[in-house]
Amino acid sequence: MSEPASPPVPPVLDEEALAQGLRSGDPQAFEQVVRTYGGRLLAVTRRILRDEDAARDAVQDAFVSAFKARRQFKADSRVSTWLHRIAVNSALMRLRTQRRKAEDPIDPLLPGFEDAGRHREHFVAWQEPADVTVSRRETAAAVRRAIDQLPESYRTVLLLRDIEGLDTEETARMLGVTANAVKIRLHRARMALRTLLAPEFQEAAS
Amino acid sequence: VTCRELTAFLDDYLAGELPAETRVRFEAHLAVCVNCHVYLAQYQETIELGRRAFVEDDETPAMPDDLIQAIVKSLKDE
Repeated sequence: MSEPASPPVPPVLDEEALAQGLRSGDPQAFEQVVRTYGGRLLAVTRRILRDEDAARDAVQDAFVSAFKARRQFKADSRVSTWLHRIAVNSALMRLRTQRRKAEDPIDPLLPGFEDAGRHREHFVAWQEPADVTVSRRETAAAVRRAIDQLPESYRTVLLLRDIEGLDTEETARMLGVTANAVKIRLHRARMALRTLLAPEFQEAAS
Repeated sequence: VTCRELTAFLDDYLAGELPAETRVRFEAHLAVCVNCHVYLAQYQETIELGRRAFVEDDETPAMPDDLIQAIVKSLKDE
């Protein structure tokens, strides 16, 4: 492959060709893999790390790890899935080194109950705002802000399970916790997120 | 079943992981408790809103060229 002219227009390769390029260890073929999947992986590391420099470093780490581990890539897996898991792992490793301050307790964001076990709060049904096109973006931004407010260990589990689509066992392995801990954290994270989103949608309903 | 018990196992209920007998008791509670009914709907909606919140990221997966070059360089150094 010759040096592409500026601006570089990568040829569109199918999954099979990219998988071959990946396994071959040829740096130019691997460059195609980087061009094809890099953007999506950067989105993943940005979500987890919320810091542009750290996210870029994590993507770089991920591709270097993938390149080194290319022989472990199985022919029956998808390149995108394989790289996605490596990028998640790489971002989590950086997150561990970043995490410094003690996190806030999640309890104030969980539902409260009376002695008889009834909900203390009266819930009002949510409504979608009327202006769908504009509000969809605004809603997404509000939800991202709310997710950012979750205590870190809950935010991470919610991201991995509900956004990145990892299953309970994979999430547990990546975080070095038990599957049961993942289940509990995910349930609490969703309840806390519901609490954080409620003012947004109750306003829209009223 | 109380609201507290139902809330504690809401995720298992939605995942269909509750024993049939417990499920029936949960559904009996949901049929008479409007508050839990609304809460369950909002819990499901929260999951869906979370999933949709980052869809834009996947629509515009731009990869900065300098980052591509940095990665390619580090691979050549490997």
